[in-house]
Parts: sequence; structure tokens; C-alpha cells
Amino acid sequence: MKRFIIAAFLAFAGPVLAEEDVVAGLSQDRIDITANFDGSDILIYGAVKRDAPVPPGALDVIITLEGPGEAEVVRRKARVLGLWINTDKVVIDRAPSFYAVATTGAFSEIISDTEDLRHAISIPRAIRSVGAPQTIQDSQTFTEALIRIREARHLYSLDQYAVRLTDQTLFRADFDLPANLVEGNYKTRIFLLRDKRVVNLYEKTIFVRKVGLERWLFNLSRQQPAAYGLLALVIAALAGWGASAGFRLLRR
Amino acid sequence: MQFYLPIAEVSVNAFVLFGLGGIVGILSGLFGVGGGFIITPLLFFIGIPPTVAVATGANQVVASSVSGVLAHLKRKTVDIRMGTVLLAGGMAGSAFGIWLFNYLSRLGQIDLTVQLAYVLFLGTVGAMMLQESLRALRRSKRSAPIKRHQHMWVHKLPFKMKFRTSGLYISVIPPLLVGFFVGVLAAVMGVGGGFLMVPAMIYILGMPTKVVVGTSLFQIIFVAAFTTFMHAWTNQSVDLMLALMLILGGVIGAQIGAQLALRLRAEHLRVLLALLVLSVAGKLAFDLLVRPDELYSIAVGSRA
Repeated sequence: MKRFIIAAFLAFAGPVLAEEDVVAGLSQDRIDITANFDGSDILIYGAVKRDAPVPPGALDVIITLEGPGEAEVVRRKARVLGLWINTDKVVIDRAPSFYAVATTGAFSEIISDTEDLRHAISIPRAIRSVGAPQTIQDSQTFTEALIRIREARHLYSLDQYAVRLTDQTLFRADFDLPANLVEGNYKTRIFLLRDKRVVNLYEKTIFVRKVGLERWLFNLSRQQPAAYGLLALVIAALAGWGASAGFRLLRR
Repeated sequence: MQFYLPIAEVSVNAFVLFGLGGIVGILSGLFGVGGGFIITPLLFFIGIPPTVAVATGANQVVASSVSGVLAHLKRKTVDIRMGTVLLAGGMAGSAFGIWLFNYLSRLGQIDLTVQLAYVLFLGTVGAMMLQESLRALRRSKRSAPIKRHQHMWVHKLPFKMKFRTSGLYISVIPPLLVGFFVGVLAAVMGVGGGFLMVPAMIYILGMPTKVVVGTSLFQIIFVAAFTTFMHAWTNQSVDLMLALMLILGGVIGAQIGAQLALRLRAEHLRVLLALLVLSVAGKLAFDLLVRPDELYSIAVGSRA
């Protein structure tokens, strides 16, 4: 009986989902952070695969690129005894270090609120904030501030009409990754939308890694902090002595 | 030329860092201050996370102080004996200061405490030095004889010790206390403490200005080395790549500074240091008093 229900469900749901499928590619699925890394671009492209003729209505595409997330503390200053000091703070449970959204149309016109909520697509939805302390009434403004600050640093962006869709089949979008990128796994999501509803979702991961000297220094600092600290001191002392000796030679 | 910093995880221009290191190095060689009180805010300004800025700043201070001390040793303007006594007090003070820092952090107002301490101490020290050095400058213009030995309460304490380089025969208690006090503040404020040490040596211990700079640098090496190591060990926040670029500029700057110090008169040197200290205090006070453009901030290092 149970198996029958599942089979029936699949028979009903299957074709709806499989009607339009995403086949996508990335210009690179691995980004190396080298010593002179100063940002990177990524081209995300693909096509919509169909077994049947193009259904009626408009097709839209939303592509998101999301960096590794962490809990963040946002503080607010207020004036106390004439001084501007940090008074309130809100812990945001999880905010991506980088988040870019590109769409084929005006965001609110191509996707419903429910779908946005379910898939956490728009920037405010991609940030998770549940537990604000009771003492702070306007915890929403802290999330807005986080978005504002990160948008100013080009870490968050919503680029409407940045996805180009040709003949309801081929699509492409370019993403600029800034130089102040955090290491980790970056998740790419491609949503196909019809009538403001998500009809297909495709996910792929881009690996952002430090390499070479960057990798070595980072690992050493985490795995052998004492050795790393001593190395830092030895380098500093040698550099100080070297400069002193060098200048003495110059003066002679 | 952009460089990606492995620990700070930001990309910065190498020439900017080189320049910053150079400026701080010149100040270091010229005045005997480690420059921690300038480099740290400057690093914040170019977008380095505060924890990394404080720790890496300390590392850079080690390099420029070594470079400066060697230049001063050559001229025999380092009172190693006095430096060691100050250092002994300084280490004890530093340990107490780290405890105090953690206590204040738990109370949740460490940022404010640090900022207020900066404004208060930099402001007071700067104003006192400016006033005194201007007076000294006027006096020396009239070429009146300067009193060499001022007998203050400092000279009446027991445990006297001879400090030949400084030409002093005083009790070890005042230098120990000065070292301790500076050590506490250094740990709480995250600096080497040169800007406090230098005036304390001149005005409280009565050391000659020429010796003060080298001796201050001598003890800063150890305080800054201790701080760097502790940060690398416990917070993993020292960025070697960043340090290397700052150091490169810093050691060269320190040599230039030490040369400049020879050409300038002691009184002029003190006026300049006073003005510098006052301007930093003024900037910090301004930040506290004027409504910031952005009231919200993302606390970096909140993850640690």
C-alpha cells in the first residue's frame, strides 16, 4: 500500500518536475587564492532541457552564488553621556560571507513570497535570524544594517536582469567575485521559474581555496600556533637586524 | 600590486602597507615609541580586521624596535640596566593587564574602556609634554643654565642602584613601578607603551632624553614579542604576510628615523612627539563625540 502511494505520488509529481530540466556549466568550479589574488569572475551558463514542447507562459531564471556562512554579531551605537558607544547587539544566526543574486526580471515579479521563503533566495531571506533578545524591539534593523554594510563592500548584491535568457532555452550570467573573498565552498543555485513558482532547481559547488604560500601559512598558524608565533618573531628580529646592518654598510 | 593576506582574508595594496610600515618605522626610530598606537588604527582604516591588526601590529613593532635599538646601541644611547629593571616591572604589569583585559571583556565594555584609555592617556601625556617642551624650548633660547639634578621624592627611596649610562643613582622602586604601570596599560590597550614610557622616563625618572629613546625601544622589543607570541598562540591572529610587508617598510623607516633624531634637538623632538600624541588623542575623542555615519557594525572576530 505504502509503495503504491509513493509510486502514485511519483507518477503524479514526476512529470511536473521533469518537464523542464537545467543543464548547466561553470567557467571554473575551483578558485585558487594565490598571494596576488585580486578577485575573479565566474560565468555560469546553461540550457533548459525539455522532453515536450515549450509550455505556455514566460520562463524566468534566478541564479544565486553563496559563500560559507557564519553567525555574526551586529552592534549598534547609541549616545550615552555624550559619547557614542556600542550599546545593543544582536546575534544573527547565520549570514553568508558572500551572496549574489542574478535574475532575468524584476525580482518580485518573477517569484512569489512563498517560494522565496521556501528556498531562501532573496538577500534578506538568505540570512537566518531567529533569536533576538527580548530587550531589542527592532531586531530587523540589525539585519538590514548587515545587508547594507556588506552591499557597500560588494559582498552582497542583487542584480536584476543580469541573467540573459535566449529563446526560453539558453541562459548565462556573469558574477564578479571581490578580492576580499573568504575560503570555503561556494554554492551555486539555478532556479527555473514559471508563474512565480520554482519548477526546477540545479545546484553545484565551487571550491574556493588558498594555495601555495597562502595555504602553508594558514595551516601552520592553525596547526602549530607556537611555531608560527616564533617564526613571526624570528622574521621580525632578522629583518630589524638586517636593516640595521644594511644601513651601516651604506654609510661606510 | 595587490596581495591577498592569508589570515586577515582581505586583499590589499602592497605599496600602501609598505608606506604605512615606513611611516611608523620613522616615528619609532625618531621618538622611541613602538608605533603600536598609530599602526593599529591605520590598519583598521584600510580594512584589516581589528584582531589581526592588533596582533600583527605588535609583530611589526618587534622588527622596528630591534632595528632602532641596534642603531642606538652603536651610539651607546641604550641604558640596558635601566631597560631590564623597567622590563621586569613591565612583564608583571603585562600579566596583570591581560587578566584585567579579560575581566573587562566579560563585562562587555572593553572597546569603550580601550578608547577612553587612549583618549585620556594620550591626551594627558601629550598636553603635559607639549607644555613642558615648549617651556624648555623658550628657556634654552634664552640660554639659561639647565638644572641637571633635580632632587625629587624619587631620590629618597631605598634600594638604590647605579645607572651609569643615564648618569643616575636612584632607587629601583620607581622604574619598577613605571614599568608595571606601563605594562598594565600596554596589555589593556594593545600597544607597546612607548608613548607612555618615554615621558615617564624623562619626567618621573629624570633620565636624559638622548638615552630615553634607545632604552624605551630596548624594553618594547620584549613586551611586543610577548604580545605577538601570545596572540599567535591563543588567537591565531598574526598575519605573517601582512607583517612582512609592514616590517619591510618599518625597518627602513626606523633607520631613517634614528638618523633624523641625531639632527633634531631634543626639545624639538619632544614638541613633535607631543603634537603627534595629541593629534591621535584628538581623532579618537572626535570619533567618540561625533555621531558616526553608520551606527551599526559587524563585530569581526565575534566568531573566535
